[in-house]
Amino acid sequence: MMRTSCELAIIGGGPAGMAAAALAATLGVDTIVLDEQRAPGGQIYRAIETVQARRTDDLRILGEEYAEGAALAASFRASGAAYEPDSTVWQALEDGRIGVSCGGVAHMVSAQRILFATGAMERPVPIPGWTLPGVMGAGAAQTLLKASGMVPNVPVVIIGTGPLIYLIAVQFARAGVPIAAVLVTAPEIGMTDALKVLPGVLRAGRSLLKGLAWRSELRSVGVQMVHGVSQPMVEGSSRAEAVCYTQGGLQHRLEAGLVLLHNGVIPNTQLSLGVRCKQTWDAGQHCWRPLTDDWGATNHARIAVAGDGAGILGARAAANLGRLAALDTAVRLGKLDLARRDRMAIEDRVELAQQHALRAVLDKLFPPAADLLAPVGADDIVCRCEEITVAELQDAVAQGCTDANRVKAFTRCGMGPCQGRMCGAAAAEVIARALGQTADQPGQFRVRLPVRPVPVAELARLQS
Amino acid sequence: MTTRAIVIGGGLHGTSTALHLAQKGLDVVVIEKNSAGRHASGVNAGGVRQLRRHPAEIPLSVAAMDRWLNLDAFLGPDLAAMCEFTGHVGQVAVAETDAEMAGLVAREAELRELGWTHEELLDQAELRRVAPALATHCVGGLISRRDGHASPYRTSQAFRLKAQRDGVRFQEGTRVRGLAQTGTGWRVETSAGGIEGDVVVNCGGAWGWQVAAMVGEALPHIEFAPTMMVSARVPKFLDPVVIGTGRKLSFKQTENGTVVIGGGILGIPDLDAETADPVAERLVESARTVYDLFPIMRTATIVRCWAGLEARMPDEIPVIGPSTTAANLWHAFGYSGHGFQLSPIVGSLLADLIVDGKSPLPLEAFRAGRFNEGPVAAHPGTAS
Repeated sequence: MMRTSCELAIIGGGPAGMAAAALAATLGVDTIVLDEQRAPGGQIYRAIETVQARRTDDLRILGEEYAEGAALAASFRASGAAYEPDSTVWQALEDGRIGVSCGGVAHMVSAQRILFATGAMERPVPIPGWTLPGVMGAGAAQTLLKASGMVPNVPVVIIGTGPLIYLIAVQFARAGVPIAAVLVTAPEIGMTDALKVLPGVLRAGRSLLKGLAWRSELRSVGVQMVHGVSQPMVEGSSRAEAVCYTQGGLQHRLEAGLVLLHNGVIPNTQLSLGVRCKQTWDAGQHCWRPLTDDWGATNHARIAVAGDGAGILGARAAANLGRLAALDTAVRLGKLDLARRDRMAIEDRVELAQQHALRAVLDKLFPPAADLLAPVGADDIVCRCEEITVAELQDAVAQGCTDANRVKAFTRCGMGPCQGRMCGAAAAEVIARALGQTADQPGQFRVRLPVRPVPVAELARLQS
Repeated sequence: MTTRAIVIGGGLHGTSTALHLAQKGLDVVVIEKNSAGRHASGVNAGGVRQLRRHPAEIPLSVAAMDRWLNLDAFLGPDLAAMCEFTGHVGQVAVAETDAEMAGLVAREAELRELGWTHEELLDQAELRRVAPALATHCVGGLISRRDGHASPYRTSQAFRLKAQRDGVRFQEGTRVRGLAQTGTGWRVETSAGGIEGDVVVNCGGAWGWQVAAMVGEALPHIEFAPTMMVSARVPKFLDPVVIGTGRKLSFKQTENGTVVIGGGILGIPDLDAETADPVAERLVESARTVYDLFPIMRTATIVRCWAGLEARMPDEIPVIGPSTTAANLWHAFGYSGHGFQLSPIVGSLLADLIVDGKSPLPLEAFRAGRFNEGPVAAHPGTAS
């Protein structure tokens, strides 16, 4: 039976959540981590404990960055923080109450403070054909590899951009997956481009070298990499059969059994939006993120956000931010004084500065591909839950619905089970294009209770 | 010179009033602080219901139903289709016990006494035929067969577009700051400057009392936030809208398969922030009712809940008519959670009243002065 109250409830068991919980518990904060997954790790270190203990082949495939998660998981396990796996949070409130479902039972948990450590999600890639079976996020495919060692055995085409696309390709190549091609929308990045952002490159040197190493590893095993790809689309009648794209002014077509899409990652903001944490548009990363101070605190006194859920900075920075949020929480709960908080924060702040520098370079080198942000064809689907097309959104705008929420109410776009998680950004893009605005101007869909669907039977028996 | 009317509030009632005034030749401006249909008009349960109305509302509701069933003629086929109105599926009040059934029998007798026949009793077998998915313990019901439902936001937009076609101007994102009499007319101070008119109509919904207060007129204000929840799609199992008798429930399946559940569970209104939040713990009651009444829903999931901001009057019927303190100021708000269906008719009656000095249907019961004449109370047997 889940406890119904605590001092700090952390939502998410990835690097930010684990690091925050480990430090908070050590500081004497009564802490519970509510995690959707079976075991600690989050998306980035998913299943790290079992992979490290029992799946050493997979550990080699997934690489050393992944292995870094083991120490974090171990310190979290040792910290004394309570851990509630398989727990889906469907509401978090300003007053510290949390609605959570676990084992088919819904509970309300009351916390003095809440830390959202909900991490990143893949930026949805709504190109034509994206709803066909046999098309999925590259990150989702990577998740299957981490969770269960499951890999595709049909020809795979990976499409998109972002630093992760090379890593995922490398991991699949190591796992023996037949990769038909990696179609990168960005032009090939050479030394000249890297030199343009030289100061950052110098600071971020090691990570960038790793990126180059992934690319040569792919070449050495014969994976075809095509750069400068535009207008990709997936063809198929009942499932993905081929990918069409333009490159070098020519149309190309490539058979594919599985198509993996990737256009970078964005903060998972559903919970922070659901409780109306103030959000800000991050032009560099082309996404919304909750507005936080240096300690992760939001406009709500009891709520903080740490990790990629507060802006994409990567797993290492997430752990730094988790610890900073834990320190601030300890102060607010009267367990730590300000001077000690600031002293204890020094190391994390130094590391964080390095991660910021690296991220600035990555953001410059890998901006999201405009082609992949939203479809342009009238009949292309934007909202897969409600099957809403580009034309329907454009019609709503033409009828005078001139912001995201008016369009939502008019078309039902974003009203389905995912509440716009998958279509919100694309819908805003379509609306902005129709109105000649920038992508932030239409605003964000409001997110309503429950942030994740709750069965009627569970709600009927909610324990509060 | 053309008479100018300034309508405060771009909800369905403001919009309907504006377009009927424009059809009578007035120059009409709607001042809306957010966007047309943003609040109760756009987020209500969408019930188009004559069933279990307060006796004073029945003539209006029946006349409104005629208009709903002829939206094509009124709005034109494109805008009529936009409303996604489905009529003639019926709304049914369901009795779970003999005592509840006795209440419905009394209600039907009361209506017959008043000369109305649109509410008909259903015995258990007939109820089963109308709504086969209902739990078997339900003993009977009361049906209004012409009733149905529409998409509230799309309806509010269809009415706005119709009003714009008829010449009404909308100033959205504009807040009313004050009202001042200018001889026989008005100057309305707004966040976008002052505007002068001959007539002001207050269709301010949950904020209607604030507009009245600007001219020193104290009208009741009980803001409340009816909550709705919607399920993921379920294969079609229900045509009519089902409302509870002993329990709070309004239950309908829309064309796309989702089920919209409301019925008077309240969220937390925040008039200043202009929003309202549903409360999970209060929705437990709703979920239990659904669980008990529709076994097919036990495996369904709730995907979204929301609450709308609405004004309730102590007797649960609206204020419609002239201000008690100022000339050429009219009120139409406080629909207490059931104004959606009335919107096509009230706008029309109000336009008649304002322009011709008389309404074809009685509006006396809705006069603003009634709260100064002694205690008022809700009529028993009506649904909110």
